[in-house]
Amino acid sequence: MHELSIAQSLLGIVLEEAAAHGVEKVLRVVVKVGAFTNVVPDSLSFCFDLIKEGTAAAEAALELTQVPMAGQCRDCGAELDFSEPVFNCPHCGSTAVELTQGRELFIEYIETAEPDSQPGADSAPPGQEV
Amino acid sequence: MAELTVGRSILEANDRLAEDLRARFREAGVKVINIISSPGAGKTTLLEKTLTLLKHRLAVGVIEGDIQTTEDAQRVAACGVKAVQIETKGACHLDGNMLGGALAAFDLNALDLLIVENVGNLVCPVEFDLGEDLKVAVLSVTEGDDKPSKYPLLFSEAGVLIVNKIDLLPYIDCDLRRIHDTCRSLNPAQAVFDLSCRTGEGLEPWVNWLEAWVRGKTA
Repeated sequence: MHELSIAQSLLGIVLEEAAAHGVEKVLRVVVKVGAFTNVVPDSLSFCFDLIKEGTAAAEAALELTQVPMAGQCRDCGAELDFSEPVFNCPHCGSTAVELTQGRELFIEYIETAEPDSQPGADSAPPGQEV
Repeated sequence: MAELTVGRSILEANDRLAEDLRARFREAGVKVINIISSPGAGKTTLLEKTLTLLKHRLAVGVIEGDIQTTEDAQRVAACGVKAVQIETKGACHLDGNMLGGALAAFDLNALDLLIVENVGNLVCPVEFDLGEDLKVAVLSVTEGDDKPSKYPLLFSEAGVLIVNKIDLLPYIDCDLRRIHDTCRSLNPAQAVFDLSCRTGEGLEPWVNWLEAWVRGKTA
């Protein structure tokens, strides 16, 4: 059950980003989870919902998008998709296969109730002291 | 409604700690291994047997991770090797922060090898980098030959696989070849040692390999 630790790190980053951009309410958190991670999406959602109470993310919906495994054969160069973690190249039989996708665990973006506060959108005109 | 691009790794805090630890280990010239298995696979017994052979050849320190009790650190200390226990009090894995705290007890410059025995668990410890050079997966034959395919991440990330309790093979239905075949497809470069801590069979090749690896004499 390391999903609680992961949920705590996740919430920490969301609140840090929200505070840094003056966001008072986070509505949605979009996370990419690779298929080849030991993270159970349902557990992560459950833990996130438990700990978000009383924070700026209290009403935030956690949206987890799974990233499938993909790789490339270092011998024949073929681009490979894997449904199972059996890392053999089906084209040339090589085991020198590099996993290029499937280990992701990152926050892609958050959706907030506030007006656009992306860097640049509300910054002072160039050359002016802030 | 506004969208705010984040693009940050969720485990960035631990990953940063792990990078700091890795830099400290490199500077001190100490090699670090992280031993991971399910509870009861024989990690601590493997350590006892390994240390008995290795302690005269290398300066070794041990950090023991358990949810509760200091029994394992006591067992290792009884072998004549300095051991520090981390009690996670519920957490199912060690993280960079816990390891960093335990390091205070060691003079890293005086060590050749630091062995970290993680909490018994095939899942959670794999996600938390400790700054180690090498993960060692221990699997006992009594757990079943399907475990590498059921917990592929560990067996894919481990640079070494130790299959323990092979003295029990005549009494159980475990296909050793299936373990080897699955692990080879998960990580073709993995070094594999089949052994029995109980009889001592196969221990010597593992200990010799470990010593050579610490001295930088293996690939």
